[in-house]
Amino acid sequence: MNRVTDVSALKEQYDLVVVGAGPAGLSAAATAAELGLSVLLADENPAPGGQIYRAVTTTPVQRREVLGEDYWRGQPIVQRFERSAADYAARTTVWTVGRTELMSGGEGFEVGVSADGQARLIDARHVILATGALERPMPIPGWTLPGVMTAGAAQIALKSAGIVPDGRVVLAGCGPLLYLLASQLQSAGANIVAVLDTTERGNALAAAGALPDFLLSPYLAKGLKLMLAARRKLRFVGGVTGLRAEGEGRVKQVVVERGSARETIACDMLLLHQGVIPNVNMTSAVGCEQVWDEQGHCWAPKLDAWFGASVPGISIAGDGAGIGGAESAALRGEVAALEAARRVGRIDEADRDRRAASVRATLARAMRGRRFLDVLYRPAKAFLAPKDAATVVCRCEEVTAGQLRETTRKLGVQGPNQMKTFLRCGMGPCQGRLCGPTVTEIIAEERGVAPAEVGYYRLRPPVKPVTLGELANLPKTEAAVKAVCR
Amino acid sequence: MSQPSKVSEPDVVVIGGGLVGGAVAFGLARSGARVCVLDEGDVAFRASRGNFALVWVQSKGLGMPEYAGWSKRSADDWHQLAAILREETGIDVAHSQPGGFALCLSDAEMQQRVDAMKRLHNQINMVEYGYEVLDHAETKRRLPDIGPDVVGSIYSPVDGHVNSLRLFRALHEGLQRRGADYRPNHPVDTITPENGGFRVVGPWGEIRAPKVVLAAGLGNARLAPMVGLYAPVKPSKGQVIVTEKTAPFLHHPMGTLRQTDEGGVMIGDSQEDLGFDTVVTQPVISIMAERAVRMFPRLAGLNVVRTWSALRVMSPDGFPIYEQSTTHPGAFVTTCHSGVTLAANHALTIAPAIQAGALPEFVATFNSRRFHVPAHA
Amino acid sequence: MFRPMRDPGAPAAAPLRFTFDGAPMTARAGDTVAAALLANGVSVNRHTPVSGAPRGAYCMMGVCFECLVVIDGVGNRQGCLVPLEEGMRIETQRGPRQAEALSQEIGA
Repeated sequence: MNRVTDVSALKEQYDLVVVGAGPAGLSAAATAAELGLSVLLADENPAPGGQIYRAVTTTPVQRREVLGEDYWRGQPIVQRFERSAADYAARTTVWTVGRTELMSGGEGFEVGVSADGQARLIDARHVILATGALERPMPIPGWTLPGVMTAGAAQIALKSAGIVPDGRVVLAGCGPLLYLLASQLQSAGANIVAVLDTTERGNALAAAGALPDFLLSPYLAKGLKLMLAARRKLRFVGGVTGLRAEGEGRVKQVVVERGSARETIACDMLLLHQGVIPNVNMTSAVGCEQVWDEQGHCWAPKLDAWFGASVPGISIAGDGAGIGGAESAALRGEVAALEAARRVGRIDEADRDRRAASVRATLARAMRGRRFLDVLYRPAKAFLAPKDAATVVCRCEEVTAGQLRETTRKLGVQGPNQMKTFLRCGMGPCQGRLCGPTVTEIIAEERGVAPAEVGYYRLRPPVKPVTLGELANLPKTEAAVKAVCR
Repeated sequence: MSQPSKVSEPDVVVIGGGLVGGAVAFGLARSGARVCVLDEGDVAFRASRGNFALVWVQSKGLGMPEYAGWSKRSADDWHQLAAILREETGIDVAHSQPGGFALCLSDAEMQQRVDAMKRLHNQINMVEYGYEVLDHAETKRRLPDIGPDVVGSIYSPVDGHVNSLRLFRALHEGLQRRGADYRPNHPVDTITPENGGFRVVGPWGEIRAPKVVLAAGLGNARLAPMVGLYAPVKPSKGQVIVTEKTAPFLHHPMGTLRQTDEGGVMIGDSQEDLGFDTVVTQPVISIMAERAVRMFPRLAGLNVVRTWSALRVMSPDGFPIYEQSTTHPGAFVTTCHSGVTLAANHALTIAPAIQAGALPEFVATFNSRRFHVPAHA
Repeated sequence: MFRPMRDPGAPAAAPLRFTFDGAPMTARAGDTVAAALLANGVSVNRHTPVSGAPRGAYCMMGVCFECLVVIDGVGNRQGCLVPLEEGMRIETQRGPRQAEALSQEIGA
């Protein structure tokens, strides 16, 4: 691996540019570089690992049991990448990927990168987007109060900085990561006063059909272990149907509803989580077709068997391709890289297929049991589309659930793009990442149709911040001058 | 909450729910018509979502002085439209006309603009409005943040801007409050003249009305011949950049740069004839960014939140088309690329005229006969 | 907000000094600005440009833009993506970014 800290030191063109240094991106970059492709891996974080293996080479947390063995599995993935000949640009954002005619001839992509206030366009013959997942927004009343964070945020703080929430901590929501975090925070010494579980009781029955598959899955052992460990030592409150964070200027308490019962729990921090969903901003802005994933209840890119997107030459690996977890992310990265190697002419089809066969077998095992988890932990409607009118949905532009519902009904809004025009939701700096799923959900509910019919925001570059000055310094063309100076 | 009303027998069907269709429909509803608006769905070529939100008069009308007058009339009436919208919907569309500048970044550019303004105002029948040619120092005095590359500017006191997203919403709110029947996801396949009225058909079914207004933007090209009209409009691609919100620093709109009332800075607007392509292209964005930074160097450090491109609705000479069908009276076409500037005209002049049954004499200039209409129309 | 976990095995490096709204603070070298603020008990790092409501870091992974702060005079920087440096002057982001902070000239 060759660390590049200055964008001007990057090559003009790479066979493959990989975006994101989580397990998928690391494996994809390593696989491709091992096959002789020129590879750039660009990532916005200071160290490799993505979120799941965040700071795995730099974490100050030395007691291995705190983060658990699964976390340390990131080390060999990073080490393999470090042994490869790939270029690695840390703290570098990729803000656009667009089709272009390559200088060297043929079709390819221009990849807009930015680091330390310098932007540049790099040519790529193939691009693998491994931009991962983000936590599904959980818009409860008061979730914008300081002191309310995502569970993932607390985990990142623990992994990357070795810090734990101070004072009384409440966790709320559902899904494996919530239980994992509860046990990690507990062994790190946090004072967890309650874990509020919003899993719908009916889900267990629905998930039962997928149980045989789950019993053979790798999730089973570790999942159960986590759950039991956490349950034994912590106060678990199941069947939660309503949550409200309260406080002046910061969270002071959380009001919990379980059917008609109501309880107030004083706290200093509230950590929310209801699963993860693919981060579709980059893949969508590039023009890759998105489809509604019924099982995961989220949008995901439409992909072929090699994780190729609807835009030829773009592959999407890892959780950004649909949630599969860390182990399958790394394997998907390998598969995508093999196809990239074939596309640029490094290996032939037979070689690709031969190399992919064993990876695919492992991948199938790693994906086992996913359906069970998806169905079991499908968030309850009340937490997907808040009923409380005053609840903020778009955190950037401060648009509430009530405004969204009223505008859908009154003005006949059909989808999030018209909504954006009317209310500005999704127009702030987060570009809809924190409100998009909820806006779709609310419109669907008000219209009485499925989220798939409502659609999602049309996303546009730049998908990451880039300054006007940086854009001003990029190369220009004669035709472009004519288009602007009239 | 009232549900959208369903008008089974509208007086008029307006095809298109953008800024043009919205303004005409709102005006019709205010004139007492029972209006049905047929609109497309969430994703469509919507010029209304991509516009630059200027109420702009300077530089318009070279080759057709009546267009300058038409733009000026709308700019004058905009104060009234803003007041009506505020009163009827409670929405402040942030309308202001503090005067606008066209900044020039080279002597050649300046000369070109000055010449164009002279030619524009030397036309016979040209509407009177003042404008000033300012050098760097005077421009700097009025706009202290300009950079050294700005050689001068043209200032016109009638120019201004609005919050076009709020205008869009206000028109729809106004329609709703006036009882109009707004039908999204209602694309139109055919319009058939029938028994002195029109039958409008789409995959959703059909609706009949004595009058029909084509305000379907680029869709007008296809629809117009069905009722004996002609609207040879084509797409013209425009790209726009918008920055993060910043504290107010710019109190006048420029022709290609403005700070919105919400704080973001919008930078436009390129023009390319590339068919229905709406891809944002880096070289164009880069030049727009460079020019913006040369105009106002302090913008360099601002983060860009979005770039987008949208399609203007361009007639062959760039001027609007307003016309009633001679073969099928009751069918009207309205099409232009300045849905914001002309919104006041559309709501306050065109709509009442349609309701009365005849367009005013002074818009006859905007008849499509100027394009040497083929014999069949 | 947060505190360092007790980890006897953790390497003890010299902390970095910085200020937040003028108050001197220290944090571990290697922390991001957002983590350093959390570790110092800072719960509010910005006030929104729309309503002025107080906000604190939310996702810590670059997607939510809640951890925006002014760093060495440059506004709206994502604290969770910027590594802390010795002597950094960090301030609360109050409302929209101030125009005064936008003085960088464009390069070549």
